[in-house]
Amino acid sequence: MPLNSYNDLNDIQMDVLREIGNIGSGNAATSLSNMLMRPVGINVPQIRILDYNQVVTALGGPETMIVGLLLSLSGDVTGMMMFLLQKDFAHMTLNALLGQAFNDFSEVDEMGYSAMTEVANIMAASYVNAVSTLTGLNINISVPDICIDMAGAILSVPAIHYANISDKIIFIEDEFSSQEENAISHILMIPDVESLQKIMTNLGIEI
Amino acid sequence: MNTVTVGISDLNIVKAPDVLVTYALGSCVGICLYDPVAKIAGLSHIMLPSVSQMPGARDSYKFADTAIVILVKKMTELGARSARMKAKIAGGAQMFAALSNSSIANIGQRNVTAVKNTLAQLNIPIIAEDTGKNYGRTLYFNADTGLMQIKSGIHGEWVW
Repeated sequence: MPLNSYNDLNDIQMDVLREIGNIGSGNAATSLSNMLMRPVGINVPQIRILDYNQVVTALGGPETMIVGLLLSLSGDVTGMMMFLLQKDFAHMTLNALLGQAFNDFSEVDEMGYSAMTEVANIMAASYVNAVSTLTGLNINISVPDICIDMAGAILSVPAIHYANISDKIIFIEDEFSSQEENAISHILMIPDVESLQKIMTNLGIEI
Repeated sequence: MNTVTVGISDLNIVKAPDVLVTYALGSCVGICLYDPVAKIAGLSHIMLPSVSQMPGARDSYKFADTAIVILVKKMTELGARSARMKAKIAGGAQMFAALSNSSIANIGQRNVTAVKNTLAQLNIPIIAEDTGKNYGRTLYFNADTGLMQIKSGIHGEWVW
């Protein structure tokens, strides 16, 4: 049966996505650790297929302020990838990288923006490398574009872009811990449906 | 006084003294329609400019060209008159500056243009506009006063 939408994913295919998420998140934690120059632990990531309203709820509601980083995927796999960093994550990384503590997002300056963009860039690259190695597919990512704003407003961007394809996205929750600080980040993988099919096929999963 | 929430691709109508709210408009546009005599307020939260771009779509509240027409009709059924209606609109931001790939670039701007065209066809004047730029907006619309209040996570609050 061809894969027409995210709703068609069966249990085995979900397990595959979960495994990709595990490996990708592990890689991302390693790069984060290298960047922050201190040990970073990671819990087993939660991977769910959600619709946009559920994603917004999972992020704490439409008005929750978050850091959104958007990357586009090209090559054998096309689509979008979005990093959503909660305040505690931004706090942890900026504190470690720049020695800056902040209480409110309005205090983040140019340097802070570029540091967070760089963190996302490196984590995304290690994430995508894992998928690429696992599947043998060539995947390129663009330089991330950053936006700090309300979760609902940020999520409207992929929601609009994929309005005619699917209301669902792959939602990965990573919980990192470092020096007694816990920080949660979310990754939204939004491959086009044909790309999702390609990933499954290359992993030898019957569809 | 009740506060009634309007979700994404949704619309709703209230009478004074109630208030309508839609949260975190990004590239979407919120359209407030108000009949000051009947004190009836309507709010629509659209995602895309036109139903014609998505043949077969059933969700008519999602598109500027279909949702506004439905909103006017529903308000009229409750006693509002379209000849007395005034519009206030907000949203249509570009959240990610460098997003240059394909059709999604300027979607906010295209949404705003589609809203203006549809309102012009219905002869409903726009008396306040808070659109574009690069930040999200929460919109409150008061059926008693006809005032539209905008709240940004970064830039504070103001009233139109």
